[in-house]
Amino acid sequence: MTRLTAALAGALLLAAGSAEAEIRFGIMNEAYPPFFTKDSSGTWVGWEIELMEAVCAELKESCSIVEMSWDGLIPGLTSGRFDVIWSSMSITDERRKTIDFTSSYYKTPAKLIGAKDGVTGTTPEDVAGKTLGIQVSTIQSAYYATHYKDVATERTYATLDEAFQDLAAGRIDYVFGDSIPLMEFLKTEYGADCCEDKGNVADDPAILGEGIGGGLRKGETELAARIDGAISALRAKGIYQEISAKYFTFDPFGG
Amino acid sequence: MNFGWIVTYADLLLWGAGQTLLLLVISVGLGFPLAIGIALLRLGQNRVLARLADGYCTFLRGTPLLVQLWLLYYGVGSLLPMVPGLRGSILWPLLSQGFFFAALSFTLNYAAYEAEVIRGALRSVPRGEIEAARAFGMPPGMVTRRIWLPRALRTALPVIAGGVVLQLKATPLAFSVTVMDLYAVAYKVRQDTLLVYEPLLVVSLFFVVVAILINRIFRRIEAQVPIRR
Repeated sequence: MTRLTAALAGALLLAAGSAEAEIRFGIMNEAYPPFFTKDSSGTWVGWEIELMEAVCAELKESCSIVEMSWDGLIPGLTSGRFDVIWSSMSITDERRKTIDFTSSYYKTPAKLIGAKDGVTGTTPEDVAGKTLGIQVSTIQSAYYATHYKDVATERTYATLDEAFQDLAAGRIDYVFGDSIPLMEFLKTEYGADCCEDKGNVADDPAILGEGIGGGLRKGETELAARIDGAISALRAKGIYQEISAKYFTFDPFGG
Repeated sequence: MNFGWIVTYADLLLWGAGQTLLLLVISVGLGFPLAIGIALLRLGQNRVLARLADGYCTFLRGTPLLVQLWLLYYGVGSLLPMVPGLRGSILWPLLSQGFFFAALSFTLNYAAYEAEVIRGALRSVPRGEIEAARAFGMPPGMVTRRIWLPRALRTALPVIAGGVVLQLKATPLAFSVTVMDLYAVAYKVRQDTLLVYEPLLVVSLFFVVVAILINRIFRRIEAQVPIRR
C-alpha cells in the first residue's frame, strides 16, 4: 500500500515536473498586427510572438501557444488551459481582481483617428457632438466614460476592424483605440485614403492603465518574477530593442 | 452566481430591452401590412407583379437573415456616403446608424415570411364564402377587405403568433451592426465583468417572458374572434 502511494506520488511529481517544463501562452485567435498575426502558412508572427520566443529562450523553457477568443482568455487562464496571457492585455485594476500581471512589457498611448478634414485635437471640446467608435470593454471605453461621455456619443464594436469599416464609410466620426493598431490602419491603402491621425489623448494612468503585461493566475509570483527578469535581461542585452526595430520606429517599452 | 452587476448596468439593460422591443414592434408593425400586400399580389391577376412578389419571398426566405442584414449595412450602407449631399442632410443621423438597417432588414425579412403564411391562409378560405359575398354584389375590393382577408387572418392567427416570436428571437442579430440591444448589453457586461452565464441568463429570461406575453396577447385576440367552420 505504501509502495503504491509512493509510486502514485512519484507519478504526480513527474507529471507536475513535465507540466513545468513547458509554458503555455494564451493568444487571442484574431489578428492584432503588428503584435500577433498569422502568416499565409498559418504560423504566428509578430512583435509579441518574437518577444515571447525571446523570453522563452532567455528562460531556457519550451513554449507553446494556445489560441483563445479574447473573452475566453481570462477564463482559459484561470481554468488552467494555459499559463500566461500574452495577448496585448492592458494591466488594469479591474482585471487585477481576477488575475495577476507581470510588469508591463510595452505601453502605448491611446489615440483618435478620423476622416481627413484637417481638424485635429483630442480634448473634450474637439470631440463635442461627434460619434466615437470604440471596441467593447477596452480601456478606451472606460476613458470615454470618464472624459468624453458628456459631450460625445459612443458606438460599441466587437472588433476594431468593424469600427475601421464604419469610419471609412463615414458612419462614425472617430475611432478611439490604442495608437499602434490605429496607426497600422492608417498605413493601409484603405485607411490612408479616408482617414488621418487626430492625435493622442491626454494620459490618465488610472484608466489607461500601466501598460501591457502578461496575465498570470493569482499567486504565480515565481513565474511573474522569472518573466520580469527575462524582459529586463532582454532589454539589457538589446534583444528587445532589436525585435522592436523590425516593427516600430520607436521604443514601445514606454516609461 | 453573481447578479450584483444588474444594479451597475440597470440603465443600459433597460435601454437594451427597449431597443429589442422597438426592433420587434417596428419590424412586425411595418412588416405585417407589407406582407398582406405581397400575399395579395402573389394571388393577384397581374402576372408580372405576382412573379416579382414570388421572387421577393424566395430570395428573403432562402438567404440567412444575418447575410441580408450585412448586405444592407456593409453593402448598401457603405455606398450611402457617396450620395452627394446625403451626409449633411437631416436624414444622415438616421442613415448612419445600425438601428435603421437592422429595422429595415428585419421588416423586409418578416414580411417575406408572413406573406407566405397569409398567402396560404387566403387560399384556404372556402370558395363558397367568397362567391356568396360576390353574389351579394360586393365589389372585389370589398370582398377582400370584409370577407376574404379577415377570414384568412383569423385562420392564420396561431401561425402569425409563432412568426412574431421567431422575429423576437432574431433581434439579437442587430448587435452585429452596432445596435445596443439587450444582447449587446449582455455582451458588454460579459466583457467588462468576465461573467458569462449570468448576463446570458438574464437575456434568456427576458426573451421567455416577452414570448409568453406575445402568446397571451394572441390568445386573447383569438378568443375575441371565434372561428366558425
